[in-house]
Amino acid sequence: MSTVYRELGDFVAAALGPSVEVVDVKLGELMVTCTPGNLVKVMKFLRNDSNCRFEMLIDICGVDFPEREQRFDVVYNLLSLKHNYRIRVKVPASEDESVPSVVDLWPTAGWFEREAYDMFGIFFEGNPDLRRILTDYGFEGHPFRKDFPLTGYVEVRYDVEQKRVIYEPVKLRQEFRSFDFESPWEGMLHARRLPGDEKAQ
Amino acid sequence: MAETLIKPLTMNFGPQHPAAHGVLRMVMEMDGEVVRRIDPHIGLLHRGTEKLIEYKTYLQAIPYFDRLDYVSPMCQEHAFVLAIEKLLGIEVPARGQYIRVMFDEITRILNHLLNIPAYAMDVGAVTPFLWAFEQRELLMEFYDRASGARLHANYYRPGGVHQDLPAGLLDDIWAWTEQFPRVVDDIEGLLTENRIFKQRLVDIGVVSAEDAIAWGFTGPMLRASGVAWDLRKAQPYMVYNKMDFDIPVGRAGDCYDRYLVRVEEMRQSVKIIRQCVQSMPGGPATSADRKVTPPPRSEMKRSMEALIHHFKLYTEGFHVPPGETYTAIEAPKGEFGVYLIADGGNRPYRCKIRAPGFAHLQAMEFCSKGYMLADSVAILGSMDIVFGEIDR
Repeated sequence: MSTVYRELGDFVAAALGPSVEVVDVKLGELMVTCTPGNLVKVMKFLRNDSNCRFEMLIDICGVDFPEREQRFDVVYNLLSLKHNYRIRVKVPASEDESVPSVVDLWPTAGWFEREAYDMFGIFFEGNPDLRRILTDYGFEGHPFRKDFPLTGYVEVRYDVEQKRVIYEPVKLRQEFRSFDFESPWEGMLHARRLPGDEKAQ
Repeated sequence: MAETLIKPLTMNFGPQHPAAHGVLRMVMEMDGEVVRRIDPHIGLLHRGTEKLIEYKTYLQAIPYFDRLDYVSPMCQEHAFVLAIEKLLGIEVPARGQYIRVMFDEITRILNHLLNIPAYAMDVGAVTPFLWAFEQRELLMEFYDRASGARLHANYYRPGGVHQDLPAGLLDDIWAWTEQFPRVVDDIEGLLTENRIFKQRLVDIGVVSAEDAIAWGFTGPMLRASGVAWDLRKAQPYMVYNKMDFDIPVGRAGDCYDRYLVRVEEMRQSVKIIRQCVQSMPGGPATSADRKVTPPPRSEMKRSMEALIHHFKLYTEGFHVPPGETYTAIEAPKGEFGVYLIADGGNRPYRCKIRAPGFAHLQAMEFCSKGYMLADSVAILGSMDIVFGEIDR
């Protein structure tokens, strides 16, 4: 499959020219990277060209890399039923940068974009219905960002006296435990010196 | 007679409604009894599974997959486990592959045995539900004997399955396959040519092949629209390429075809299970790579190295080399995919779960626009909705 994908990747790179930045085959999967500005053009080509025919949008997903300048990756997984290919299109985007919506190409993109917006706060320009989808009504923040705590900020319970559900700040009975399992022996491969080494000198 | 303008009525369907299959809330705009708009509000069962997985080791994350679509647990474990295996580059021994395929198909029958009669109950038939649950009980017993749990199995592991099958299980599965087609016949006898059942389903919620593809339908939903697409045939994983089975395809793309496709899939699954039992190879069910799969208990009593491996695997877990993969399997509801990003640590960096039901439910408005309120219940039932996987 890798050789087929390599050929397809070369074809896509040749046809789209500078619109795509990186074309890569890794683990037998084809990956294409482009900028938000070129996304619609690239997607239109991938969907309509007879050598590609990626007529099905399988998934849109956000990924957060807080240490990068463009902290988000929007990842589109496409599938071609005709040729039995898969391709992954990646679009890096910063926090205040919007990504064009592909709802016009695939109606199914609507909810996937809503989800990425809800979870990461990635703004999709042109999505006609960009509301939150999975989180609670009136939820604040974007829970799948790496800087959002796993436990969240508020918890809900039913208050008997007020006879309604109330929101309260999270109270943890026990501190969240995140274990560091890195073994010192494996660390030796990378660390030049261990604590205490200076005494030997 | 003077024309009167009827104001559209906005109505809440669910979240507490027996036909909502869980916790779906739909805001419906009705014109009399005709559906004009539907706005499904989902997320009432959102647990943040993808985020939780980022804080767990790979092995600890597997049980979360049982709890997504809780009527087809093992298929989803399979997608995650395949993704890990791809990143690690490890092979599954032949016996492990056959066991997985067999349990995938048992899971498929389990799923359809819930969906078909629940669907029948949505449109007014109660008896198939009781018959199907009798069979489900038997299948869950097989789950129990293999994994120790009736529902949330946690049985598939990177490199194979947790334990080899217990003695006698294959014989009992074989005996079960002998009687099961008769039960399918019985259920079909009640439903397939039933006048009321057909009146409720035929020509309801028709989706053309182009629309089905544009809306991202997969699985029985796509096949009912006449697209012969099944990942077990198109992109075979494990030993599906050695199996002899057919892919049922519908013609009209209506609710009735989706029902027929599912019924036929059960029969095909029985065929696959029988082939697996017949050609089940011997040998180990799990890879011998001790850096990924824990050693057997007996070895740990004698070998120091085995003890260390066991301890390391169940505390630190294994490290997965940096990389990313989108791995999909044909789950009973459609294409279930896992997009896994590893950063070289013992936990996934990101794990996106692609649930088939999410795409299906999105098309709810598209499918039921212009139909009656009662039809929207039939359409919802035909989509095989389970909220565990949609809300994640």
